[in-house]
Amino acid sequence: MTTLDTVPADAGSVSPGRLALRRFRRHRLAVAGAIMLVLLTVGAIVLPFVVGADPNAVDPSAIRRGPADGHPLGTDSAGRDVLARLLAGGRVSLLVGLSAALIATSIGLVLGAVAGYFGRSVDGALSRLADVVLSFPALIIIIVVVAFVGPSLPTLILSIGLFGWPTPYRIVRGMTLSLREQDSILAVGGLGAGAVRIIRKHVVPVVIAPLTVVATLGVAQAILLEAALSFLGLGVPPPTASWGNMLNEAQSLTILESMPWLWLPPGIAIAVTVMAVNFVGDGLRDAADPRAVR
Amino acid sequence: MVAYVVRRLLVSAVVLVGISMLLFTLLQLMPGDPVEMMIDPMSFSGDRAAAIARRREQLGLDASLPIQYVRWAGEFLQGNLGFSYSTSRPVAEVMVERLGPTVRLMGTALVIGLLAGIPVGILAALRRNTLVDYGAAALSLVAISVPSFFVALLGIYVFGLKLDWLPTGGMNSVGGGGLVDSLRHLVLPAGILGLALAGPYVRYARAAMLEVLGQDFLTTARSKGLSRRRVVGRHALHNALIPLVTVVAIQIPVLFAGAVVVEQVFAWPGMGRLALEAVLARDYPILLGFVMAIAVLVLLCNLLADVAYAVIDPRIRL
Repeated sequence: MTTLDTVPADAGSVSPGRLALRRFRRHRLAVAGAIMLVLLTVGAIVLPFVVGADPNAVDPSAIRRGPADGHPLGTDSAGRDVLARLLAGGRVSLLVGLSAALIATSIGLVLGAVAGYFGRSVDGALSRLADVVLSFPALIIIIVVVAFVGPSLPTLILSIGLFGWPTPYRIVRGMTLSLREQDSILAVGGLGAGAVRIIRKHVVPVVIAPLTVVATLGVAQAILLEAALSFLGLGVPPPTASWGNMLNEAQSLTILESMPWLWLPPGIAIAVTVMAVNFVGDGLRDAADPRAVR
Repeated sequence: MVAYVVRRLLVSAVVLVGISMLLFTLLQLMPGDPVEMMIDPMSFSGDRAAAIARRREQLGLDASLPIQYVRWAGEFLQGNLGFSYSTSRPVAEVMVERLGPTVRLMGTALVIGLLAGIPVGILAALRRNTLVDYGAAALSLVAISVPSFFVALLGIYVFGLKLDWLPTGGMNSVGGGGLVDSLRHLVLPAGILGLALAGPYVRYARAAMLEVLGQDFLTTARSKGLSRRRVVGRHALHNALIPLVTVVAIQIPVLFAGAVVVEQVFAWPGMGRLALEAVLARDYPILLGFVMAIAVLVLLCNLLADVAYAVIDPRIRL
């Protein structure tokens, strides 16, 4: 595992952050993923103004038309512009992915720090709970939640976030557990610093790097979950466009066979986005780990 | 070991009671009063409130929530999981009916996933940092990133509609059709679910194998002159499989999530589809039964993983 060739000769004068950036840049797929993500984000935010079409504008005179002038990707069953909906769906995917991952990571950070710092029964109970949550399939729990409260964007974001905390929790707990025993932390405690201060000033800065990796992979997970739920009709409720609910229509064999412009673009969009996020996550993992070879 | 299993089973029982209490309470909080709906507003004349109260007493719904829960749990333990709101059939009967198709789909997918994922992962570890390794990493990342429902749609489009090689859905052709027909229906859904599983399996297998390959006893085995085949095949493989068994066993419930989506796309009459139908019809008794079944499965698989760990690895005493 350990090789020295990843550390440049002038390592002494370079900050760890810079080193990480260097390692990240060497990871070509991760760089490609990052560029792809920037393009997607800019595209989802800026392009709707360029395209100009309203993603929810119904046009009964132009239903299920193939790609043509005025509608570069054709129109759907309500005569809505597919390209406009694709871009709007991108916003939703990114919104759900980022906010759900943020919620999951925040919960994981707080609970992990608490479990790692206080140990004993607090740790035992929280870790047991994390095990159970982790082995429950999130998709199924969220389906049940939706059955009770009905589908909506906030429900979706909250429930994906609430079931994603065990992975960040484990990372933070483990690191806090080992940090706590270090002399420097013990000394700070001896000087009268309380738990909150120690966690904020001494634990958070250390766990932030691995946490970023987990959060990034969490974004990919959340985007996939959103797409699957919306595809099943239990995620983002219409008429709001989402890549998942655009694919929902393709469950009809007629549409699947003769109107590929309706389902290929959103499907490819999900695949490319999730792949890009995963590439970046893998690159970050290697960059954050100074011992990593690749 | 027996004491350990018994203790774990007891803990599992407590967890199950907790989950069922939570679900039971949630159900009671749902808007809408079923008793209200049992009394016809058109034909009924007289004191409506009194009639509702009487009916509630007959149904035992006047008791406090804890008492209702105990009664419900008692029935549940005797195999009475309640009755479906939409079809009035016993929940247990409906679930047993749907279990077979799901086991067929998930079992085949699991076998495909293991057969495709683990050898590739082990090969990637043995040929570390070569083209084989990079290729395996790229393929597994694709399998993890592309949503299975999109692959399913592509599969139906290409093999079902354009080439017309395979059926587009269902478990059998209308009117039956024997073993070959069943297998043809199984290829696409099980294959797609299996390949989706193979993605993570490649990663687990590679990581587990690398972990073992770095250990001292392998250096010993090599330096005492054992052939590479013997070193890898016996010493390394055996030890790498131990953590793999655990990961695979713990993840079996997660298979259900994939099954829900794939069953929906392929109109496969299994548990996943049942759950989706129940959500759309707000058929809470079915949902309750489904979640309890998943909970039992989760706890059993966790236990199974621990026991398997101890059985394969004699160093571990439970």
